[in-house]
Amino acid sequence: MYQIVQKEQFSEKVVKLVVHAPRIARSRKPGHFIILRIDEQGERIPLTIAQADKGAGTISLVVQKVGISSTRLCEMNPGDQILDLVGPLGKATHIHKVGTVLACGGGVGIAPLLPIVEGFKKAGNRVVTVLAARSKDLIILEKEIRQWSDEVIIMTDDGSYGNKGLVTTGAEQVIQREQVDECIAIGPAVMMKFTALLTQKYNIPTQASLNAIMVDGTGMCGACRASVGGETKFTCIDGPEFNAHQIDFDELILRLGGYKNEEKEAWERVIG
Amino acid sequence: KERTTIERVQMPGLDPIERIQYQDREVNLGLDEASAITEASRCMDCVNPTCIEGCPVSINIPKFIKNIERGEMHEAAKTLKETSALPAVCGRVCPQEKQCEAQCFYTLKLKKEPVAIGYLERFAADFEQNSGSISVPETAEKNNIKVAAIGSGPASLSFAGDMAKLGYDVTVFEALHEVGGVLKYGIPEFRLPNRVVDVELASLEKMGVKFERNFIVGRTASFDDLKEEGFHAFFVASGAGLPRFMNIPGENFNGILSSNEYLTRVNLMNAAKSEFDTPVLRGKNIAVIGGGNTAMDSVRTAKRLGAERAMIVYRRSREEMPARVEEVLHAEEEGIEFLNLNNPIEYFADENGRVNRMRLQKMELGEPDASGRRRPVVVEGSEYDIPVDVVVVAIGVSPNPLVPSELPELKVSRWGTIEVDPETMQSSIPDLFAGGDIVRGGATVILAMGDGRKAAAGMHQYLQTKQ
Ligand SMILES: Cc1cc2nc3c(=O)[nH]c(=O)nc-3n(C[C@H](O)[C@H](O)[C@H](O)COP(=O)(O)OP(=O)(O)OC[C@H]3O[C@@H](n4cnc5c(N)ncnc54)[C@H](O)[C@@H]3O)c2cc1C
Ligand SMILES: Cc1cc2nc3c(=O)[nH]c(=O)nc-3n(C[C@H](O)[C@H](O)[C@H](O)COP(=O)(O)OP(=O)(O)OC[C@H]3O[C@@H](n4cnc5c(N)ncnc54)[C@H](O)[C@@H]3O)c2cc1C
Ligand code: SF4
Ligand code: SF4
Ligand code: FES
Ligand SMILES: [Mg+2]
Repeated sequence: MYQIVQKEQFSEKVVKLVVHAPRIARSRKPGHFIILRIDEQGERIPLTIAQADKGAGTISLVVQKVGISSTRLCEMNPGDQILDLVGPLGKATHIHKVGTVLACGGGVGIAPLLPIVEGFKKAGNRVVTVLAARSKDLIILEKEIRQWSDEVIIMTDDGSYGNKGLVTTGAEQVIQREQVDECIAIGPAVMMKFTALLTQKYNIPTQASLNAIMVDGTGMCGACRASVGGETKFTCIDGPEFNAHQIDFDELILRLGGYKNEEKEAWERVIG
Repeated sequence: KERTTIERVQMPGLDPIERIQYQDREVNLGLDEASAITEASRCMDCVNPTCIEGCPVSINIPKFIKNIERGEMHEAAKTLKETSALPAVCGRVCPQEKQCEAQCFYTLKLKKEPVAIGYLERFAADFEQNSGSISVPETAEKNNIKVAAIGSGPASLSFAGDMAKLGYDVTVFEALHEVGGVLKYGIPEFRLPNRVVDVELASLEKMGVKFERNFIVGRTASFDDLKEEGFHAFFVASGAGLPRFMNIPGENFNGILSSNEYLTRVNLMNAAKSEFDTPVLRGKNIAVIGGGNTAMDSVRTAKRLGAERAMIVYRRSREEMPARVEEVLHAEEEGIEFLNLNNPIEYFADENGRVNRMRLQKMELGEPDASGRRRPVVVEGSEYDIPVDVVVVAIGVSPNPLVPSELPELKVSRWGTIEVDPETMQSSIPDLFAGGDIVRGGATVILAMGDGRKAAAGMHQYLQTKQ
């Protein structure tokens, strides 16, 4: 059992949970994720490790309500126990010194971006971060991101905060203004797709972190497969980060809808 | 000899029409005591019991069968446990027709149906489980030497049992939230109920074996971490979990999934039951690609989840099917369609990317290949399409790469299997032993268990000489 020790409500739909998992807190690296199962009835869902505190033996997860499992998780409180939690999973981000890094985070993708931004900054890079969301209350972890960025540009769809526009608008401004050596994009698949198209135009090496549907997270089921450079990869063990210019985003987007009807049924059964 | 005139017993089973309504009702019901004793009396207690040579762990078959004939069921179970850690499992899932029963005197010399060794093994093991008085093997005095088993499939379970008997402090680490490996996440309830496995797990716990779930060795903690925590040696039995696909056009459409995904959703995650959150895809026309046990388990699961047409698509003929004969028979009884000598070459999908049609190509059998099976050859111009809503790919698995990728100095073969000394199961790293599917590729429960026993003996000797 894995106890929730702290909870913070970022917005109506986004919650940060700090969970006691000392071994994982010790062994995780930026880019890693975990898979958890709330209780006996629960499904196994992957979540990125946003932060970890070795001393306290805790990891932080930032969860957005999208369906039955994420909603049930967001409704849990400090003191509650998560039945199963395994990790760290996936390959860690390849963090190195390149010069200037452009980090793009969309919505709940800002959470997994945080440890990567921190890592690149600590490795001696200049880090410019673009945070994008639909509206002001969905821009999360701004303070933490600022701590590790030389500059932060905020974009909202409705202009309720920062500049009005999409992540790509902010990113392109940076690219036109200065030399960018590497880009990392994490967020909804569509956001990553357009960021990848943008950086491809400018020939900037780009990593994107895929959010494929997963079950075990250990390479056993193949639910998480994605086409990268014309080859089938398993996101959980070969990724989750891949060369964004080689990812078949359209396939990924279709595959994310692979269980739409079943997910709707589950939602209706439980929530009504 | 009168014994030889007795007919081989029939396994009583649920009616096919009824059983396909339930995902979790065991098909074979097991022998009753009277028919077990009659069947046991067919065994001629041969001077040269060739059946034993057919058993990968050399169970003393005539001895346990004669115990049954005399009504000494607990003795029979004890005899089985001298060599097999999970007789209730092997009695159900061993390919007996290729192993012990293939070498029975009846098969070899009398050209009659063999003694039903598998049924009797299951009978004795179940008898003991049901009696409530299960003999927990005696364990030597604790030596407080910590050893780790990685993975909780049959190889690790038999390793853990033997090491506990020798007095070691054994911890079994499992990546998933449930212990048992393929026995839990792969093989369905209708063939191997979880409770049968759980009884065995409970007796290992009584012997002092510890289980750590949600723990990926190499990730959650490294081998070095575990050494620091006092583990002296490791047995890697991480299985052959990596599913293979065919790499044909359209294979990543929605609705096309590996048998591991399909069976894991249903068996480990209870996706077929509405009160569980995990979804599973249902459909009218479900095609399963392959001819092994995994394919049979998948297609019979599909039937139970309501498929109107549940089909096997297999590129060779029925004779070459690697599945246990009984599974193929049961599948036929349940109305599974067999599209043998057919191979998929492409998939098509609707506008949401959900598969709706597959293109098949007919095959014919040519010359035997390296495995001795006749090689399937394409019949040119024979392509045709059939409608499908779900496709389950069950064409085999590769070794799980997790452990080898964490240990660059570990010697692995071209196929990714861990290389070991076949007698001691010791790998190129002296304190690391390995067995089961991670060494053999996809094999069988009994071979995995045999490896676990050999590794226990090998590790014991290694640790003794090291001390
Ligand atoms: C490596 C990785 C890291 C992730 N990190 C985070 C994170 O830090 N915070 C966060 O809020 N979300 C994260 N996600 C996404 C998160 O796992 C899904 O939002 C969640 O599983 C949805 O489950 P649900 O039952 O609430 O929604 P559902 O209604 O079941 O599904 C909604 C949508 O979520 C996706 N989804 C459903 N089941 C799964 C599954 N088992 N695995 C992955 N995606 C699924 C599908 O696209 C689906 O259409 C991550 C996903 C991956 C693969
Ligand atoms: C659907 C299906 C049906 C089958 N039917 C039959 C049958 O009828 N008869 C028969 O004899 N055989 C059958 N087999 C084959 C048989 O189940 C396997 O040969 C056998 O289970 C192999 O045992 P194992 O101990 O090597 O590993 P497995 O049973 O594969 O277990 C390995 C375990 O290790 C875990 N693991 C992997 N890496 C790590 C790590 N780093 N840390 C912790 N844990 C880890 C995995 O999660 C898994 O649970 C079937 C297989 C399948 C898939
Ligand atoms: S373990 Fe398998 S091969 Fe050996 S006797 Fe039992 S059923 Fe036969
Ligand atoms: S070969 Fe057949 S008849 Fe002979 S001992 Fe073995 S099981 Fe009995
Ligand atoms: S989640 Fe099962 S293989 Fe990646
Ligand atoms: Mg869900």
